[in-house]
Parts: sequence; structure tokens; C-alpha cells
Amino acid sequence: MTWTDLQSALGEHGYVASGDLSVALHLALTLERPLLLEGAAGVGKTEVARTLSLAQDTKLIRLQCYEGLDASQSIYEWNYQRQLLTIRSAAEDGQTGKSVEDRIFSREFLLERPLLAAITQDQSPVLLIDEIDRADEEFEAYLLEVLSDYQISVPELGTITASSKPIVILTSNGTRDLSDALRRRCLYSYVEYPDRTTELAILKARCPEVEARLAEQIIGFVQRLREEELEKTPGVAEMLDFAAALMGLGIADLTDDPAVLQSTLTTLLKTQSDQAQITAEVAARIAGKAA
Amino acid sequence: MSRVTRFAARDPGPAARVAGFIAHLRENGLRLGVAEAELSLNALAHIDAARADDCRRVLRAVCTGCKEEAERFDALFDSFWMDAGRVKQRVTPKPHVALNDDVHSTRDGTGQDTSASGTSTAPDTGDGEAESDGTGKLIATEQRNLSRRDLRDLVRADEIAEAEAVARRIGAALRDSRSRRRIAARKGDRLHFRKTIRRSLSTGGEPLHLLRKRRPDRERKIVALCDVSGSMSVYAQVFLAFLAGLMRADKNADAYLFHTRLVRITEALRDKDTMRAIGRMSLMADGFGGGSKIGPSLKRFAETYAKRFVDGRSVVLILSDGFDTEPPEHLGAALEKLKKRGCKIIWLNPLKGWRDYAPIAGGMAAALPHLDLFAAANTLDDLAALETELVRL
Repeated sequence: MTWTDLQSALGEHGYVASGDLSVALHLALTLERPLLLEGAAGVGKTEVARTLSLAQDTKLIRLQCYEGLDASQSIYEWNYQRQLLTIRSAAEDGQTGKSVEDRIFSREFLLERPLLAAITQDQSPVLLIDEIDRADEEFEAYLLEVLSDYQISVPELGTITASSKPIVILTSNGTRDLSDALRRRCLYSYVEYPDRTTELAILKARCPEVEARLAEQIIGFVQRLREEELEKTPGVAEMLDFAAALMGLGIADLTDDPAVLQSTLTTLLKTQSDQAQITAEVAARIAGKAA
Repeated sequence: MSRVTRFAARDPGPAARVAGFIAHLRENGLRLGVAEAELSLNALAHIDAARADDCRRVLRAVCTGCKEEAERFDALFDSFWMDAGRVKQRVTPKPHVALNDDVHSTRDGTGQDTSASGTSTAPDTGDGEAESDGTGKLIATEQRNLSRRDLRDLVRADEIAEAEAVARRIGAALRDSRSRRRIAARKGDRLHFRKTIRRSLSTGGEPLHLLRKRRPDRERKIVALCDVSGSMSVYAQVFLAFLAGLMRADKNADAYLFHTRLVRITEALRDKDTMRAIGRMSLMADGFGGGSKIGPSLKRFAETYAKRFVDGRSVVLILSDGFDTEPPEHLGAALEKLKKRGCKIIWLNPLKGWRDYAPIAGGMAAALPHLDLFAAANTLDDLAALETELVRL
């Protein structure tokens, strides 16, 4: 399989990937290296992992990072309640000591969290570690260990080695700098906002019912809106919401009714100051230029 | 598009060329090792290496690690592989004399004076600035004060003791930053299930000992940057005493001076003998009382030391009046970059204590949006009063 095959496979599942991204994904698959994706919010970093799992016909395991994420939330945890119950019932049956201990510290009582789940699948899953920049540095260091050996040690059970290497995709919005060690271990691709033709292709793939003329207008409008100084630049997902909203309202031409256009902007502008900045007149002017 | 570089006929082969390319990237500041060279070759084997665009994409994915590097990569790639037939780069690069960034010397690696145009065995050509016509020439450096001032005249030992007490209190005020993770503790707010169950095995499954866990206190690391330019010399006494005290009170603290350039004084100030520490500092703070380049100094800090010493648990204290000879954009950009490391930034400005002071100096205005706290500090008492404000951060 070459990277163009991968690109078209992703395309069949409705994800229009750029050449750079396709090559990076292709390398991540063939070299079995984790891939770090950076880019503004809403350019489709998370979506590419989802689509990749569809295209490869494998499971997607997602780990959403947040500040304070720790081992018991990301790797494994013992099922304490069940262990307690088992100990009690074992005591009533007259069992004690070693046999009980062996039983309650077996795989049966282990709650798998995403990282452990990802290395114990029969078929290589796609492991999406989303927004790694939100987790703190201790977790990043632990993750490095897992990503380099693909094995996890549970003190009570011993080391669990990967039955299949997961395809690891990490995403980051750049809220803090990641450590050089993590960057070194990963392949890297910076995902840009799609250009006009690419975005048009995305819209056609996702909402085939939008007419060609309106689609041109929508893309023109959103692309121009991105050039405005906004607090939160609308991403691809917002563009698709916007198109869906227009379809739902049965609008055939963006320049028809400024009031309706303004009301659909709630799908694109997500902060109060942005909404105040893009008034009905400004929106109508941008739509007029895009038409 | 430019043509692909034609390599010399005695070129040893693709592996050497890739190694040469990695060396080329390394010389241009990308941090790459042998592992990356190996990975690049491996990766190139998986694509059609005859297509230049594919190679570019593959090497970009492997060799870059952040947005800035990815942006620079195209130019670096072109200069090596696409230079229109002119063989600029040798395939096997000559051994590079590695100079540590921390070493500042006017002599380069081969022992030549970098400002002299002649070699050590031949006379100057006369183009250099050091041309001698017998009368001597004074070269105006960007207001750098070359006369060395002894800081020991400024700072007295008893003040340092007082400053130490203040610094200790400020350190304590900043310390109470709690972690979200929990560790085992005698008086915790939650049950530590893992340990409780473990312990209960010894009592036949009855959890007799309830063990607890709580959020541990995490120390904040204080990084102090002190402006010692001419306009700040009135306040230098207080601030230097404060720095010296801070370094004594807090083993993790880190201190820097800046005027036209940035100097790390942490090691010097750790000296056990207080006055000797100040003496060592004055030797390093060459140029004390000269002009101030706040923006470039902070930029240098953000790009070098901050990567090693500043993280989400750091508090960066900047002691400066905000009068910068450079355009204010530099300062804003440097602080933004610093802020991205997740630290808190506190700016202590002696002028803020004046009546009717408004931060209209360009530098100060550019800095304000990035600050967590902007406060006045003229005397040690002012610094001590900061304690209550810092707790709130």
C-alpha cells in the first residue's frame, strides 16, 4: 500500500486528507511510530484518527487528556468493590490467604483503561491520545515509557506485553510546549486549515445534498471569515454545521436574506465578542464578496 | 521548481546523502540524532524515493518536531536537495567544532579572534574595526556600560539578612500550590483503596485499617529576572539584596540579571559566603548600569533557559521599570512565548509606586496583557507586602 492508496481510503470514508498528512499517516502505519498532530482547533485532528480506524477496519480507543489525569484513569485500576465482595464470600467458604490473593489479583478483577486496552487487542487498534498538552508532564513521561516499549507493568500481575502494537495518534492544540523527548519519539505533522478546493471537497463528501453554487458560497464565506480577526476561528466542523443549518432552513443563496444569514452565524462564531464584531451588515458584505 | 542537486561523481551513495542532509539540518539548529537518520532512511524505503515531493513529505514528518521547524523545513530541504545543480553542501560534512552556547568568547573554535579579519599568522587586512592608526578608536556599543561597578558597594550584609527573611515569606506564600493527583497520607480526605484492600488481606478481608490519600503540596519554583540597566540603578540595591536573600531562602530558586544581555547568576549567588557571592555576581554583571534591552533579553531567556528551568509550576518574577530601547513588540512576543510554558508571570515595577503612574511606556503597555500580577516594589517593605497578593495567585 502506498500513501496515495491510504489517501483514497480515507477519502472513501469522507475524510479529505492533504498529501503531507497522508504521507505522515502512511509512515506511522509502516514504521509503527506514534504520530503527533498539531494544529488549530477544528482542523480535523481527532477526526482523522476516527476515519483511520474506519478505513483500517479496526477499533478506535480514545484517551481524552485533562489536567490531573493519572495512572488509574489512563492505564488500569483494580475493581475494588468486587475484590472486597470476593474476599468476604471467600471467607465464608473458609478460603483464606494465598488462594484468595491469587484470585482477586487476576485479570478478571482488572479494569482496563484506554492505554492497557490498546495493547491487549487481537487486532492493532487506533489509539487516539487527544489533547496531550492538557495532561501534565508526569503523565507525558509515563506515556513515553508505554510508547517506547509497548508494555505495561502491573506490580501484582507482572508485565503485560502488547499482543498487537496500536497505531498511536497524539493531538495537541499547543496550549503548552510538549517535551522534546516526546516530540523526538513521534513523527510530526502540522495540520493547517484546508485550502479552498480541499474544503470544498470536504463539504461535498460530508453533505452531498448541498448544491454546487451554495457550496461555493459557503466555502468562500467561511474562508473569508477566517481572515477576520476573530477570537475563535471557525474550523471545518463549524463549517459543516453552518452548511447543515443553511440546508435545514432551506436557503439557496447566502446573499438573499441578511437577517437569516446572521441567525445561522451562531454555528460559526462561538464567543460573544466575535458575534458582536460580525454584525448583520459585515456578514452580508462578506457573503457578497464570496458570491 | 529548481532542479535537483547534482552530487559529485565520487558521492558514496544515498545513505551518505541522507546523513549529510541530517547534518545540514543539525547545523541549522534542528535537534536530530543518529536515530533520526536511521529512521529517515527506513522511512524513505517505504515510498517511491524517486519522487522529490514524497521525499520532502517523508523527511518533514520524520525530522521536524514542532510548527516552527516544519515551517523552516522547506527552505532547508531546498537548499540541500534542490539547489539548481550548484553543489554547495559537501556530502560528508567537515567535522564541526562544537561550541557550547554557554561559552561566550570572542575567540572562535579554531582560536581565532572573531572580530579580527586576519588570521593569527597574518596581519589584519584593515577592513576590521580594530584597524589601528595609532590614535585609537572608541567604538560606540549599544549603550553598554563597560566600566565595571562593584556591587559590594551597593549591598550590605545586614540588608541581605533582612531580604532573606522577606524572600522566605514570599516563597512560602507561593508554595501552596496543590497537585490534583493524590498520594498516600496519614490525614487524607479520601480513602486509598489500593492500600486499604492490600492491608485488609492480612486481616482476612476485613478492611480494619482505613488508609487515606490526599493532594500533596507542590513547591512552586521562583525564577527572578532583575533589570540592572541605568534607569534601574537607584533600585538595584533593594533588588539585588532581594535576589541574594531569595537564593539563600529557596534552594530551587533561579536568578538572572539583564541589561543589554542576559546573565544567569544562580550559581554565583549560591556561594555560602554572602559578600563573596555578591562579588562573583558583580564580575558576571559586566555592563551594569548601561542601557536596557528588555525585549531581546527576555526573548533570549524564553528561548534558552526557560526551556530547561521554567514549567507549569514556576513563577517568573520580573523586576524592571519597563523602559526598553527596543520596539515593544519584542517584549510582548517574548512574554507570550514564556507564558506558553504555563508559568505565572509577575512584574514588579518600582515606578508603579509613584503617584499618577500609568504604564504608558511602550514596553510596559505591551507586557501588561501577559502578566498575572503587576505590582509596585521600591523597598523591601513593599516586597514583604506582596505576600498577601501572591497567595491569591
